[in-house]
Amino acid sequence: MGRWAANIVHLGLKELASVWRDRGMMVFIIWAFTGAIYLVASGASTEMRNASVGFVDGDQSQLSNRIRDAVRPPDFAPPVSLDRAEIDHAMDSARFTFIIDVPPRFEQDLLAGRSPTLQVIVDATAMTQAGIGTGYFSQIVNGEIERFLELRGRQISAPIAFTIRAFFNPNLEDKRHMAVMEIVNNVCMLSIILVGAAVVREREHGTIEHLLVMPVRASEIVFAKIWANGLVVLVAVLLSLIFVAKGALGITINGSIAVYMMGAVVFIFAVMALGIMLATITPSMPQFALLAFPTVIVMEVLSGGMTPIESMPGYLQMIMSAVPSTHYVKFSLGVLFRDAPLSIVWHEIAWMAALGAIYLVIALGRFRAMLENASGA
Amino acid sequence: MSGNTDIADDAIRVAGVRHHYGAVAALQDVSLSLPRGSDTAIIGPDGVGKSTLLGLIAGARIIQQGQVETLGGDMANAVHRTQVASRIAFMPQGLGKNLYPTLSVAENIDFFASLYATSAAERRERRDLLLKATGLDPFPDRPAGKLSGGMRQKLSLCCALVHDPELLILDEPTTGIDPLSRRQFWQLIDSIRAARPTMTLVVATAYMEEAERFSRLVAMDAGRILASGSRDKVVAGSGASGVEGAFIRLLHPGVATSSVFSSLPARTAFDGPPAIVAEGLTRRFGDFTAVDNVSFRIERGEIFGFLGSNGCGKTTTMKMLTGLLPASLGRAELLGRPVDATDIETRRRVGYMSQSFSLYSELTVRGNLELHAKLYHLASDARDSRITETLKRFDLDTIKDAYPAGLPLGVRQRLQLAAACLHRPEVLILDEPTSGVDPEARDRFWSHLGELSRRDGVTIFISTHFMNEAERCDRVSFMHAGKVLAVGTPDELRKANGTKTLEGAFIACLEQGGGAPTAKDALDGTPAGLPTPPAHPGARSTGTWLSWVGAFAGREAREVLRDPIRLSFALLAPLLLMMTFARGISFDIESLPFSIYDRDRSAESQSLTVDLAGSRYFSERAQVLADVDVDRRLQSGDAALVIEIPPGFGRDLLRGHQPTISLWLDGANPSRANTARGYAEGVVQSFIDSLGRRETAPLAQARFNLEPRFFYNQDFRSVYAMTPGVIMFLLMMILAMMTALGVVREREMGSIINLAVSPASTGAFLVGKFLPYVAIGTVTLMLMIALAVFGLDLSIKGSFAALLFGGVLYVVTAATFGILVSSFVRSQVAAIFACALLTLMPALNFSGFLQPISNLSPAAQLIGLGFPSSWFQQISMGVFAKGLPFESFLDAFWALAIFPVIYLVVARLLLNKQEP
Repeated sequence: MGRWAANIVHLGLKELASVWRDRGMMVFIIWAFTGAIYLVASGASTEMRNASVGFVDGDQSQLSNRIRDAVRPPDFAPPVSLDRAEIDHAMDSARFTFIIDVPPRFEQDLLAGRSPTLQVIVDATAMTQAGIGTGYFSQIVNGEIERFLELRGRQISAPIAFTIRAFFNPNLEDKRHMAVMEIVNNVCMLSIILVGAAVVREREHGTIEHLLVMPVRASEIVFAKIWANGLVVLVAVLLSLIFVAKGALGITINGSIAVYMMGAVVFIFAVMALGIMLATITPSMPQFALLAFPTVIVMEVLSGGMTPIESMPGYLQMIMSAVPSTHYVKFSLGVLFRDAPLSIVWHEIAWMAALGAIYLVIALGRFRAMLENASGA
Repeated sequence: MSGNTDIADDAIRVAGVRHHYGAVAALQDVSLSLPRGSDTAIIGPDGVGKSTLLGLIAGARIIQQGQVETLGGDMANAVHRTQVASRIAFMPQGLGKNLYPTLSVAENIDFFASLYATSAAERRERRDLLLKATGLDPFPDRPAGKLSGGMRQKLSLCCALVHDPELLILDEPTTGIDPLSRRQFWQLIDSIRAARPTMTLVVATAYMEEAERFSRLVAMDAGRILASGSRDKVVAGSGASGVEGAFIRLLHPGVATSSVFSSLPARTAFDGPPAIVAEGLTRRFGDFTAVDNVSFRIERGEIFGFLGSNGCGKTTTMKMLTGLLPASLGRAELLGRPVDATDIETRRRVGYMSQSFSLYSELTVRGNLELHAKLYHLASDARDSRITETLKRFDLDTIKDAYPAGLPLGVRQRLQLAAACLHRPEVLILDEPTSGVDPEARDRFWSHLGELSRRDGVTIFISTHFMNEAERCDRVSFMHAGKVLAVGTPDELRKANGTKTLEGAFIACLEQGGGAPTAKDALDGTPAGLPTPPAHPGARSTGTWLSWVGAFAGREAREVLRDPIRLSFALLAPLLLMMTFARGISFDIESLPFSIYDRDRSAESQSLTVDLAGSRYFSERAQVLADVDVDRRLQSGDAALVIEIPPGFGRDLLRGHQPTISLWLDGANPSRANTARGYAEGVVQSFIDSLGRRETAPLAQARFNLEPRFFYNQDFRSVYAMTPGVIMFLLMMILAMMTALGVVREREMGSIINLAVSPASTGAFLVGKFLPYVAIGTVTLMLMIALAVFGLDLSIKGSFAALLFGGVLYVVTAATFGILVSSFVRSQVAAIFACALLTLMPALNFSGFLQPISNLSPAAQLIGLGFPSSWFQQISMGVFAKGLPFESFLDAFWALAIFPVIYLVVARLLLNKQEP
């Protein structure tokens, strides 16, 4: 046992030396955890922001003007006036995500109690905006009408009022979510490619074979790779969280960073084990790339960071629960935003550990066999 | 043609050439001229600049300082280089390094031929002649990667000769080749020269006995030329009797020539069981038997030599003895214990050195030894002294802080031996340790081995191609085609075969032992079917740009077709991912977990609860019963929404007192929170409406209707909105990833040198590299469209022509983007990384996939528009969802036509044909 651990330490130090020597890779790692995170978090947002609105005013009344004035930044760009005939063309050329169509005699009909209809035309291909935006319009129009009627002395209140409180993120701001998910994405990508490609490369250069003739076990090689490369990624995550997320992006983190790092350790172990497993089943670098890349994409897209996991078909949810990133996304949201204590998130950690262990067992089982294939070719 | 061929009767003229790699000087003021039709051997130890010099002459390297004229023109002049390239043939160092392993013998030759403008008929005729002459004609369809080393070199020679060069440059063509193949190779060269006496031949070699065949010699050391001229003059000038002696005198003037390869002192027998025993060892790979029933015993302290042709199973046998490969049949014992991969104790007593360098190039010489010391668990107090002693013993202490990559091959081999000996093993297994090492270094190497064997009693099991090394072994075994043909002392073997030399004995043994037919045929049949100069002198033109593109594209296409895994990935993975993503990337909130906190418990509140639970958007979790619960439910993610109905809700509602419902949202995922809120309000609204119809005023006061009309996606289903984008980003990913490895892999494998020394242009190479992927990508595109229509129920509402046209443009763009990445990264790993990082982020976040571009920050918008995906997204979405006609995409077409041009131009500027 003592020797086993000592070998892992020695081989791991060698790994650190090789990461350090590969300056090109260092640049990529640094970019992945600084610039890339910043750009995505500050640039891409699923919030309503600056949405383009066209306004067809068939009424030209005081009320229609009020409604128009109420559509305001930052949620919406100032509405652009349109003719009714232009609607189709404007939508086709993607000039607007929304067009509000106020019919003629809207104010008149409303005052007469004839329940006129106001139309909101929505470009429903903009999934993230369409639903939310329609809700916003409904509130805006309701509010304006209420105030308008109040001015005319008709006090009518809605039958039910709502108080809305978003826990953990009172302004429902998106930046935070994007930043944390982008960190998760880059951990995935980096861990799988860094370790997996290193195994493929060492196999191509014959160094793994050389080690296995020495009194070194396959498990020692694998664990050394995981701890050393894992340490690099872990440090990158910690610094990224503190300096990029909290610092540059000014994101508030509710939960404990210490608990988060604990989960990150387990997650990195699991993904790296997955990377090594992929490396042991592919005979060449191009094939590794073609296998690893879709894996990374699936983890980025379907782990619940991009779209909620409950929206996926049941069988897909089941498949994705065998992927560690799904649990890590849940864990991250829980710890960082909801300040969930360990007692609540421990089972996500357990899942990741179990999945990592399975990948590891498969990888170790294939380790010597993979050398056979390499030499038999 | 530049230069004047009448005046220039020198084929090669080199003057004042200096060359540096970083701070290391490879050539220092080299001047040399070689006449047309001459044959010259360049000899010298490893790392003295032989290969650099040949690379400069062939135009494969950039001239840093000085003048190089080849075939009458300046090699610094790109125009001359292009013109002259079709008259030069260059065979780089390394076993078939410039060949394409997955292509067949015939295809390799065809590819080289197609870089030069020759008619197909002529090409075939010439190929057949060359195959016959080299004895490769029985295997035109065998992949080059499956050939033995000797055959690979012959094939490489065929490829070099296919365009009938005036100047043939061979860089260590026989290094690592077995004696028989070596002999055949030189006979082939001789016959070629006999048939074409005007051809100039320059060869670098580490074998002194081979240098004897040449009429001119150039001896080099430390980047300088020591002597140059006719062989006899050089040898006579040094006062030695042969090339080998002359060379050692030149290297060490004034020192009396010590007898090279002194024999070792006699072996004293050790007691005990044999160190290595093999009994009936057999190893099969599929239906190929690499090692067939091999048996031998090696005593302690013995030096046991393994001699055999390339690919005869030597390496496989050694790997079985080390436990790297399990044996299919038979038994192996090491130091009295059966070989077992899990037996760590035995491994501590064995040292192994593999054929190629397998230490870490990111560690220094000392660092590598330290790692070995630690992994063998030498006591930490003894460690330093042992390393220092080893560094001294193997002459490594002056370079202990150097990194191995910059060291000459011979020095690296010495380092490997030092590492293998560091822990004082009882058995050393050395696989061709001296391949490519110069004679002097080999001599030193053997004196180490002698010391280890005779003084320390180490058992040494070594494979080699050098007869003078085999002579020094206590016993030798001849191996061929997986079988041991004979075992004995060198004397016994000579006697048994009735030959004077060990080499003779080896060849005789092979001829009896089944290797005979090929060996004999090749030897005797060689001079018969010689390639003659082409009948049409016009055949030797430089070819056209289009024909080069065709040649590169054809080769790339063949390579992909040979790799079914890669091909099926390219075609099937996108479809699989598309199916998954189209269903998985969903903003349709269904069954969102929520809890009711009903503090009213009236008929109204319960009816509202039923409405909420019955909605397809929500799925009810256990009710919340106390205030503190709200927090905990959300924190654990058990519920994404808690709806609190206040006490007195029903009463207030009916009286028109406007009760207040509280929505507690989990804001961790904001877009989900927003949607959940909208849906909840919607359900409450319709609850009121239906209540209003049943009850009397004051509830029923619908003042106006807000009617949302969802364009392009009436049902507001994610699959319709997402699928066009999924096609966009998968095409980008898969294609860029496939082409991104293209250039950099050729660089790592070494085959990029073919481009450097051929007349073909870099632009043609780049275009040829991505064209096959455009074909694959177009098929992928059509399959994805078909899947969208037939599998996912999308309909093509707009112009199908626009989708197809824009799609093909986009495929070209994605493929060229990969080429661009490939031309600026230095390793395959970096290529994968850069590709993932550079395509994934903009395609997913900034191309209008998840959110409209108009919604992005200005910087992100700029990135989006500067990346091709956003333009194809317009087309894909426009055609699938919006029903737009062809003309509405003119901007996008233009953009997608311009991107590939920019990418290719930049890639072309980044990629230099020549090496530094």
